[in-house]
This record gives sequence, structure tokens and C-alpha cells, in this order.
Amino acid sequence: MTELCDLTGHELAGKLRAGEVSAVDGVESSLSRIEATEPSLHAFLARSADLAREQARAVDDRLAAGDDLPPVAGIPLALKDVLTTRGITTTCGSRILETYVPPYDSTVWARLREAGSVLVGKTNCDEFAMGSSNENSAFGPVHNAWDLDRVPGGSSGGSAAAVAAGQAVWALGTDTGGSVRQPAALSGVVGMKPTYGRPSRYGLIAFASSLDTVSTFTRDVRDAATLLSAIVGHDPLDATSIQRPAEDYTEGLEQGVDGLRIGVLRDWLGEGVEPGVRDRVEEAIQRLEGLGAKIGEATLPHADYALSAYYLIAPAECSSNLARYDGVRYGHRAEGANVVEMMMRTRGEGFGDEVKRRIMLGTYALSAGYYEAYYGQAQKVRTLVLRDFEAAWQEFDLLLSPTSPTVAFPLGAKADDPLAMYLSDVYTIPANLAGVPAVSVPCGLDDQGLPVGLQLMGRALDEATVLRAAYAFEQDLGFDARPPLLEGIAS
Amino acid sequence: MPVEIDIEHVARLARLALTPEELERFREQLGVILEHAERVTEVAAEAVPATAHPIPMANVFRPDEPRDGLGRDEALANAPDREGDFFKVPPIVEEPE
Repeated sequence: MTELCDLTGHELAGKLRAGEVSAVDGVESSLSRIEATEPSLHAFLARSADLAREQARAVDDRLAAGDDLPPVAGIPLALKDVLTTRGITTTCGSRILETYVPPYDSTVWARLREAGSVLVGKTNCDEFAMGSSNENSAFGPVHNAWDLDRVPGGSSGGSAAAVAAGQAVWALGTDTGGSVRQPAALSGVVGMKPTYGRPSRYGLIAFASSLDTVSTFTRDVRDAATLLSAIVGHDPLDATSIQRPAEDYTEGLEQGVDGLRIGVLRDWLGEGVEPGVRDRVEEAIQRLEGLGAKIGEATLPHADYALSAYYLIAPAECSSNLARYDGVRYGHRAEGANVVEMMMRTRGEGFGDEVKRRIMLGTYALSAGYYEAYYGQAQKVRTLVLRDFEAAWQEFDLLLSPTSPTVAFPLGAKADDPLAMYLSDVYTIPANLAGVPAVSVPCGLDDQGLPVGLQLMGRALDEATVLRAAYAFEQDLGFDARPPLLEGIAS
Repeated sequence: MPVEIDIEHVARLARLALTPEELERFREQLGVILEHAERVTEVAAEAVPATAHPIPMANVFRPDEPRDGLGRDEALANAPDREGDFFKVPPIVEEPE
């Protein structure tokens, strides 16, 4: 039997408005699921049960009073622990912020809170969102709901696992190089990264500022459209926020793909892609063609260099952003005879391996004598990737590929090989460099029973077409597999 | 070929106190990562402008309207050490001998 926490947000919202269930019922269902599955998953770094109950009661009161509430009202939500929440610890999965209690709300959370969203907790993630497996969390890894010996993907692995297992109905993560789409693919849920700058970054603790994008995890595409609509729109507190009002992405969702021109990135279905991934994606292409899409072959000629450019640009921005952790105003502080010694020890003790690697990579790439050759050249390659997309949009409305070359890999498999880990992001990074919207939608299971994700990328600010195609595909496929973990739990 | 870098110099620039074991491990790993990243230099891009930001924007202003900021105690609430209304830090300037 399906419990309330297994419903999609729009299904639960329907029951709330019909008076069949209360928001308190919904949140209690999520909280019970967290109790039952958290020992296996470790998806949360902080839980906020009391706040959630209080917010749910407020929603019930307003519904009883006949208020017309936004569609996100009363729906149990989880937030990646890089999004600030006033009064609730926000650690970024790092020892250096283990005790940090932000004095302000991130804009995305402020908007959702105002709309009646119910926060069940803050989710585990790779430290400062740097990683592709969630193994870089200072507080221990998250386990994949489909196979507890495998990674959920990263860096927003806790949000992905929480939504896959019904701990929350939906969640926010952040996508800098694929950190929402890749864990969504590996965890069998929908991950939607909007155009860079569409949701505010205010209160998103910075990793790489020209790439960081708040993104959604949901169990279906309609929910992605609903949740995204609630967080986008101009924010004067973020100078890179696009100056456009919010829009309702659920409008036009059912228009189908008839006549849409979809370019298949054929090069990304060759060597290096697991057969199980290739098979499901090939079937997805045929399905979309059957639905009336015009399928052609597309290329992004500089995509091979995008990964290299990304692993210079993102660390460069990271080394600059993370300079603020100096033990002075917040966070961990080590002892030191003078201020420089204190700062160096604080950072040496407070940061984990991957964060140190990226800070040093970025410091090197920005240092005297190397700046032009590395960072300057990487920014030029970024221009070429943008031009590749522009050329592709002359012929196509959407680009299609696998989200990740592999399904979820075993915990520890790539932990000692940073470069192998970086290659997990090879298909997701180009959309970040170009700032374009992209979704990962489940397209089936491989022969081990592990989920495969299909990626669709669209033009900047054309979230509507990305979501409309993903919706048509999802409705036709009817993917309804559930993680085996839930078989013993759902009564 | 892995790139050879002066890892101790980079760690100093980055203000990271690292153990000898970390220095050696990061020297090897960064060399391999940079060998891959160096591929960007293979691209002929002399005449290509740099992109710092994917969505072009210029001269972004917001209305100059006063609004409440953090109160003093809120701003100091996360301080590792404080003295009165100040953040307290170890000595910055050495005392003369």
C-alpha cells in the first residue's frame, strides 16, 4: 500500500484540498519513513521534525479557514545542507561549518517557507558540494536506496536518496557540474536544473559562483515544474539573478513532443557508456520518435574539452570562495601563535581531502605564471562550448544524452582515484558551462535493477520545452519501479 | 606526463597546513588531474573571447534603499572567539623585540 509520503506533491496537494488528509498526516508519514529508513540511508545531517509539525499545523489551519494556498503548501520538503536556514545548522557536509547556525534564510527557502512548504530536514552532501558520490561528506556517506552498497550519486546524494525513499516528497539540491542530475539518475528520480541565474543563489553557500544553480528532485515531472515555479524569479539580493518574474512551468506541460526537433548526442552513446545505460537510452530515443519527435544527430564538438575546462574553472572559483573560512567570524578555529598560523591550521583541520584538492587546483590555476595558460584558456573553451550549443539550437529544440555513463557504482569504487570520479560528470558539465536548463528523467532499470537517467537539455530560459518533453516521455514510459528497500517498510 | 608542481608553495598560497603525507599524495594526484586539465591548451583559441559568466549581464544595480541588516549579537553569534562587540583573533602584528 502506498503511504502519503510515497505520493507525488501534486497528488498529496489534491488530497489536502479535497479534505481527505491533513498536512499533519502528510508530514507524520514522512517523519515515520525517515525513522524507518534513515539507519540504512544516512540521507540527513539535521532533522527538523518540530518545525515541520508546526508548519503543517499552520497549513491545516489556513486550509480550514478556506485560504487559497500555493501548490507547495503542506508538502514535506528536504533541503541540501548548503542552503542556509535561519536557526537550523547548515554545515555543507564540512567539519569547518559543523556548528554553524545561519542568521539568515536562503531566498529559495524563504520563498518556499512563505508558500507553506514543510521542512523535514537538511540533507547530507559531498563537502561544499564537491563530489559525485556523496562519499566526501565529513559526516559519512549516503547509501543508494536501490542498493545500499552503492553510492546515491553526488554531490546532492542525500536529497536524491530522501526523495527516492519517500523520506521527503521532494527536495532541493544544487547543480554545479551535474550534482542534481547525476544523483537523480543514479537514484531513479527526476532532477531538474534550470537556467543559471533563474533561481537566486542568495544563501546558497558558494562553491563555484558562475555555475552553482539551485535545482529540484521530485518523483515526477509535474512536481519538478511545480517546485521549480515556486523558487524562480528575480532576487535583488543576487546580482546574477535573471531579471524576469517567476513563471508557471506546469502550463503547457501536456503539449507533447509532436514535431519537436531532438538532437541525439551520438558520440556520448559510444565507448565508455555501460551497455545497460546505452540500451535504455536507445529505447528512449525510439519512444520519443514514436511520440512524434523529429530525431536527428547532434554534436557538441568541444564537449571533450569541457570537462578539462570545468576542472579548472570550478576549482578556481572554489579557491576564491572558500578563502572566507579563516576561523575568524564563524566555523571551526584551530589554535595558532599568530593569525596566519591559526588560519592555516584551521583550514588544514577543517577541510576534507577533496576540498583541499580543489582549493589547491584552483590556487595553482590562478597563480602567477599559470593564470593565462590554465584559467584564461579554460574561459575561452567555455566560450567555444557556448557556441557549440548555439550552433545546435539552429537545428534542434532539445539535445538528448545519457545523464551519466554508468549506473550507481559501489561505495569506495572510485574513492582513491579523483580523476575517475571527475569523469562521472562528463555528460552533465556542458550544460553548466553554458548555463542552459537540463533534466534527468528515469528511463528504466539496467539488468542489475539499477536506475538509468535520460538527459534532455534546452535553450537558456526554455525550461518549458525541456519539461514538456520529459513529461511526455515519462507519461508514455510509465516508470513505476520502487527501491527494493521500501518493500519491507510500506505497510 | 603528470604535471610537476611545487606543492608546498601552492599549499602556502592557499593557507592550508598539510602533513607531509598529504603533501606527497596531493602532489601526485594534482599532477595527474592537471595533465588531463591541460588538454584545454590544445584548443586553438587565440582570437576567442573569454566567458566568465554564461548569461551576459552588465551594470546590475538595485535600488539604494535602506533595510535591516544583522544585529550585532546575530553577527557575532557564530564567532569562535569574541571580546565584547569584537571578533577576537590571535596576534596579527608581532611585537618588536
